[in-house]
Amino acid sequence: MEMVTIYLMGKKYEVPSNLTIMKAMEYAGYQLLRGCGCRNGFCGACTTIYRIKGETELKVCLACSTQVEDGMYIATLPYFPLVKQVYDIEKVKPTEQIMMQLYPEIYACIGCNACTKRCTQGLNVMQYIAYAQRGEFEKCAEESFDCVMCGCCSSGCPAGISHPQVAMLARRLTGKYIAPNCEHLDIRVEEIARGDFKATMEALMQKPLEELKELYNNREIEK
Amino acid sequence: MYHNPEILESLKKVEATRQERFANKDNIARMTADEKDAILKAYHPDYKEENFVNLTVGVNKGDKVPHELAAYLQAHSRIKGKKIDLTKPAYDVDVLVIGGGGAGSSAAIEAHEAGANVMIVTKLRIGDANSMMAEGGIQAADKPNDSPAIHYIDVMGGGHFANKPELVHKLVTEAPDAIQWLNHLGVEFDKTEDGTMVTTHGGGTSRKRMHACKDYSGAEIMRTLRDEVLNRGIPVVEFTSAIELIKDTEGKIAGAVLMNMETEEIMVARAKCVVIATGGAGRMHYQNFPTSNHYGATADGLVLGYRAGAKLLYADTLQYHPTGAAFPEQILGALVTEKVRSLGAQLVNKNGVAYIHPLETRDVNASGIIRECSDRDNGVDTGTGKAVWLDTPMIEMIGGEGTIMKRIPAMHRMFAKYGIDIRKEPILVYPTLHYQNGGLEISPNGMTGIPNLFVAGEAVGGIHGRNRLMGNSLLDIIVFGRNAGKESAKAAKDVKLAKLTLSHVAKYEKELKEAGVDTKLVSPKLLPNYARNRKDI
Ligand SMILES: Cc1cc2nc3c(=O)[nH]c(=O)nc-3n(C[C@H](O)[C@H](O)[C@H](O)COP(=O)(O)OP(=O)(O)OC[C@H]3O[C@@H](n4cnc5c(N)ncnc54)[C@H](O)[C@@H]3O)c2cc1C
Ligand code: FES
Repeated sequence: MEMVTIYLMGKKYEVPSNLTIMKAMEYAGYQLLRGCGCRNGFCGACTTIYRIKGETELKVCLACSTQVEDGMYIATLPYFPLVKQVYDIEKVKPTEQIMMQLYPEIYACIGCNACTKRCTQGLNVMQYIAYAQRGEFEKCAEESFDCVMCGCCSSGCPAGISHPQVAMLARRLTGKYIAPNCEHLDIRVEEIARGDFKATMEALMQKPLEELKELYNNREIEK
Repeated sequence: MYHNPEILESLKKVEATRQERFANKDNIARMTADEKDAILKAYHPDYKEENFVNLTVGVNKGDKVPHELAAYLQAHSRIKGKKIDLTKPAYDVDVLVIGGGGAGSSAAIEAHEAGANVMIVTKLRIGDANSMMAEGGIQAADKPNDSPAIHYIDVMGGGHFANKPELVHKLVTEAPDAIQWLNHLGVEFDKTEDGTMVTTHGGGTSRKRMHACKDYSGAEIMRTLRDEVLNRGIPVVEFTSAIELIKDTEGKIAGAVLMNMETEEIMVARAKCVVIATGGAGRMHYQNFPTSNHYGATADGLVLGYRAGAKLLYADTLQYHPTGAAFPEQILGALVTEKVRSLGAQLVNKNGVAYIHPLETRDVNASGIIRECSDRDNGVDTGTGKAVWLDTPMIEMIGGEGTIMKRIPAMHRMFAKYGIDIRKEPILVYPTLHYQNGGLEISPNGMTGIPNLFVAGEAVGGIHGRNRLMGNSLLDIIVFGRNAGKESAKAAKDVKLAKLTLSHVAKYEKELKEAGVDTKLVSPKLLPNYARNRKDI
């Protein structure tokens, strides 16, 4: 087994080179409580800062999906204080004003691009903030869609922007107000409310097992 | 990029047969009902009798469950020997929701909407949950060629007809409304320009009714629900677990004992109704399988409910997702969404043969992989075990270049981190412990046999029978989560709590002793123990 040297909160450990940072911590003997959720890059719980010995750059990553490297100095950031503004989704409207009202700090962006550089998902964060500034919520939503809200972007922002929360608002506005309405869904909800399927469903529930099996085994499958 | 010579040799065979497989892709036969039965009996982990034991204590005495679950169901209470003052609750609410996943959040939102004083306690953070990880999508029969009846037949057949019909009825008839509710909350479903939902097949579906939000379906739903919970100001107590339920002297549910995960402080939450929404059990690692589940998936809700006298249904059936990542080792067990197969990737053995239809139900496909990798000896040796190929480059042959980045970006990212480009290279897969089919039994109103104790989400048993179809779980957490929220808020209006008691816990301890159960384990498990050199107590 090839081993590498890493430093967890400054303390030195030898761990197998093929582990993720998260598994390396457990290998070192940590029983994780914080900073561990999905263990596979979806929840953003495991934000971590590291620097490779001899390099100057501080990097951020998700501990669950980053492999250890020799000489890694690792510090976990299990909680990042993002600012989340409260609003009523039924009352807000997808206009530029809403961003101005809830997240005015986005207009203080100085274009340093620190957010984009730090994104653990490789998203163009500064670009989606620019879209939000201009009220182009659909574009902001698309650009930010893969965000896991880990907060790495915000940890380096001189303007104090909570990027993931801005994007969250943009996505909800897009999903609710901007994306085209789904007509076949509305129709089906209405049909059900009207009771159109009631008789069929009740009959189906009364069917003896053998008959139901027949129906299942001979059902037509859409190509 | 693969380096291992044995893997590379097999990879060549997969590439050599790809064109021909592509040309014949619509001609792979589906298995007959008898063939399916036979392969399940021979290879599915649920049929490995030696891995199950019969319970000796509690309402399900005599029923078989995985022995790891039995050990935790028949373990000591975490509050054994502790003095707990039930007269000074730290929290006093109408509805206590245990678990901040999709089911818990939906329940909390609806209970709040109905005017109840509701709170959520959750073990990690709100959203650190299986719900956040769902990739593939959510089913609902909302297209003209589909109907709740067709959906019903698919669910029943997929569940081997063991499902509770009245729960399936609710699931399928309220599905379109659940999608609409999410959409109105701002969830961004994949749609065409005119608003038509982009839908695909899942294993075992007879209509294309899988709605998705790229391959971040669960994340998109979960983060939206979380945002809504926070907007409503519903209190969320994080890093806090429920470790025991509390009843009143009349036998009604009356709250829960909570534990701060960091300080281990014990607190009492008094509640007129409780909703268990604690999710699944992947981190129990039944039969030593790796798992796709989040860190907190340890069957806690089943333990809490069982000790309080609620009945389990089908706790012996687990879902092993056929395509868990088998390589590289860093992501062993991580889920490769079924959508990869919906979009056309075939399951191919080490000789380059597409040995099965890729969209058989999950249990059948998992059994098929286990058969290739055992008796048939057609598995590829990955260094940590055997696996078969999932031929992802076919997706772009079928759907056109760019399909992968557009439809399954998370999958691309997960492998790209380790130097594998799934657009050009296939991936290695083996079944992973994925979903708890069984759980606590409920009536259509969401209540267990214990007055005012509700359950929603993966902790419920009976909705999916003995096997759940992809996309019906995200659906059930919304349908039954909302339902539990509404019903508990309604029930709470008429509840007068008598004196609080933990006598059921003492009674259970006594039964353990009488049954001769000799154990040092305490439960619920709360978290798996992955720290090297530490022993589980
Ligand atoms: C990787 C993956 C992919 C999936 N893909 C799909 C899909 O495409 N389609 C589909 O329909 N389904 C899918 N599923 C299944 C589906 O996502 C889950 O079954 C569903 O989301 C479960 O929701 P839940 O709210 O019941 O549980 P969870 O979302 O797991 O939430 C349970 C919550 O309760 C907390 N908790 C647990 N114990 C306690 C305790 N003692 N005290 C306090 N809190 C506690 C947990 O930490 C967690 O936050 C997938 C599952 C996984 C793991
Ligand atoms: S633990 Fe969820 S992203 Fe790392």
